[in-house]
Amino acid sequence: MKVVIFSTCVVDLVFPNVGKAMVEVLERFGCDTELPSRQICCSQITNNSGYVRESQKVMRNEVDSLLSIDADYIVGPAGSCVNMLKEYVVRLRDDPVYLEKAKVLAAKTYEFSQFLYYVLGVSNAGAELDATATYHRSCHMTRLLGERHSPYALLARVKGLKLLPLPNLENCCGFGGMFSMKEPEISKQMVDEKVDSVLATNAQVLISCDPACLMNIGGRFNRRGEKITIMHLAEVLNHNVDMSRVTYVKDDPLTLAEWPHDAGMTAELIKEA
Amino acid sequence: MAIAYSDKPFKVRLAESEQDTFMQKAVAKAQDAQWTKRTASRNELGHWEQWRELGQQIRQHVVRYLPDYLEEFADNAEKRGAHVYFARTDKEAAAYIRELAERKHVQHVVKSKSMVTTEIDLDQELLKIPGLSLLETDLAEFILQEDDWDEPTHIVFPTLHKNRDQIHEIFAKIGYKGDNDPQHMARFAREYLRASFLKADMGITGCNFAVADTGMVNLVTNEGNGDLTMAIPPTQVVVMGMERLVPSLKEAEVLDNMLARSAVGQKLTSYCSFSSVAATGESDGPTEYHIVIVDNGRMNALGGPFEEVLQCIRCGACLNVCPVYRHIGGHGYGSIYPGPIGAVLSPVLRGYKQFGDLPFASSLCGACTETCPVKIPLHSLLIKHREVMMNELHMDTGLNKVTYKALGLATGTPAIFHMGISVDHSMTALLSHHQEPTAQNYFMGDGIMSKLPFILGGWTVIRDMPRPPRAKDNFRSWFKQHKQLQEAGR
Repeated sequence: MKVVIFSTCVVDLVFPNVGKAMVEVLERFGCDTELPSRQICCSQITNNSGYVRESQKVMRNEVDSLLSIDADYIVGPAGSCVNMLKEYVVRLRDDPVYLEKAKVLAAKTYEFSQFLYYVLGVSNAGAELDATATYHRSCHMTRLLGERHSPYALLARVKGLKLLPLPNLENCCGFGGMFSMKEPEISKQMVDEKVDSVLATNAQVLISCDPACLMNIGGRFNRRGEKITIMHLAEVLNHNVDMSRVTYVKDDPLTLAEWPHDAGMTAELIKEA
Repeated sequence: MAIAYSDKPFKVRLAESEQDTFMQKAVAKAQDAQWTKRTASRNELGHWEQWRELGQQIRQHVVRYLPDYLEEFADNAEKRGAHVYFARTDKEAAAYIRELAERKHVQHVVKSKSMVTTEIDLDQELLKIPGLSLLETDLAEFILQEDDWDEPTHIVFPTLHKNRDQIHEIFAKIGYKGDNDPQHMARFAREYLRASFLKADMGITGCNFAVADTGMVNLVTNEGNGDLTMAIPPTQVVVMGMERLVPSLKEAEVLDNMLARSAVGQKLTSYCSFSSVAATGESDGPTEYHIVIVDNGRMNALGGPFEEVLQCIRCGACLNVCPVYRHIGGHGYGSIYPGPIGAVLSPVLRGYKQFGDLPFASSLCGACTETCPVKIPLHSLLIKHREVMMNELHMDTGLNKVTYKALGLATGTPAIFHMGISVDHSMTALLSHHQEPTAQNYFMGDGIMSKLPFILGGWTVIRDMPRPPRAKDNFRSWFKQHKQLQEAGR
């Protein structure tokens, strides 16, 4: 199956390894990947700052670029950015041509862990990581995209990985796009509490499905001089892979493979559109 | 105290709240405790998402037909003998009640908790009357009053920022001789307040819901002071926001249920009362009953992009889940309506000049929208406020505006972006330095950036930033090589 990679600006700008890992995992499970070169950014950085009009061009560019290759699916490594692509059905609703394109885009776009787990049906990706880790559940992926299950299900089957519960996991890490730069006084207190929560678990590795949250939390860890290893879920699932360990959702009695169709606020928006 | 109670700039209030570590701990503890209680009480009810849809439908319906329901309620209340007054502004509302108190030669006023009376600054208006005594009888509001009218930090828990020792000090000033045990202090307050109910000649309450088809006022409280305020004084004043209506008792039942679970994690509050003028033959209840319906900016929202904010039932659940409120507390917002609902409502009521900072004080995490029992899309409304400020009112100026316009251009134009990622590594040479990082697998671009210029400086003032990788090592280049290798291998 053909999969278009939605790279996201954060991966393009600072985290190449996240993109590489995602491509390698997807190809391992039979995807033929493509990277449309004209894609740039989902537009949250400007749109959510109030520059809504200026963001329309950004969104239209993203729609045209990602749909420029006729693929079965579009997959991205960031819950928040993937959610924004889905929200285009609301944000581009005044433009009939782009509204139709946005609906096509929303229907075939997936966040990486959701795609791997629900679409490819992989429950154990064959990875091994001998470490203790905790998982940061990003806000937009959890609340807007409505995904609370797939990353945990995939992490639970990584050989050697001991996943520790993160206290107050429902609280935002303080990233919030330009909020992190516009309101550093507030953002600092939020990210400090997050760093403290991670430290309280004594985990060696912090994992998330949102590179921007990791950029925020990791940057604060480093500034405070505290030790941590930052990993995106794709990097974990691409670590020391042995294909003999691979299991699929349909054969795995432990998995709950129910697609959360009605979960998340964005699903409601799409339904209304 | 009016809606805005502080003239201090937002950044100054933030700095002050950051110093207030007691407040921060108290808020965090209350949020965590409420999380458990609220979730349990909602789960116990079952089908919470369907309840939310029902709550939303009821409130949207009322807002859509607001003029009709206001008329119906006013007619029915008047039939029961109440006087109904529509106040366009806070000043009109407060003046009406002051004139009433003067006309009736009122000596002693007792009040139960009401945000809208705080909004119209009623206490200070009434205290202008020589010789008049006024007492807040809700325990928390009583504490604030005795602390020289300290500002509330929460719409449901106004004294969240005070500990038992601070309250002990406040009570000592009015004759309390006991220790700092909350039970002992509450008993003292109870006795102190009881006497004032008996001598009061005017009672003032807020209104949780005004029931249109019966003309009655629904009040939910936990301390019983609301009922004493309603039952004893001969003259009764109810102050209500103009959107606070329900069609009938059926809808009041639904919303009371959701309000109690959302606000305090209870099935129902200890007292849930429906009041009006004393009927013939009734032994208690007011003989003169005034209902003051307050607009004070609410009409600004009707029919506009912020109309959904009028659905609010003032449960405060959005404050209890907000990670920003968790750290800056109520005083950080400088509005009697703090937290997510306050950041949406305050600019609607009082404009962007006073409250334009508040919609930006959010990471848009969506916890507020998720918990709201009547499904107000709070985080989306915050973005809407930002849009109005930037796109319609052009409130951003100078470098900020240029930066965002440039960002919009760069993220919307492939040629510019491609050029950017091909030179970003070399361009950041002077801004980067080498250091052994404590965050592993984070700095992929051979260097750390700790001091960035312009708006990016807001990032590096508290955190480090990975230097962008060399053009040949970025994701786009890797993917190209990767595909070439795949082709070659075929």
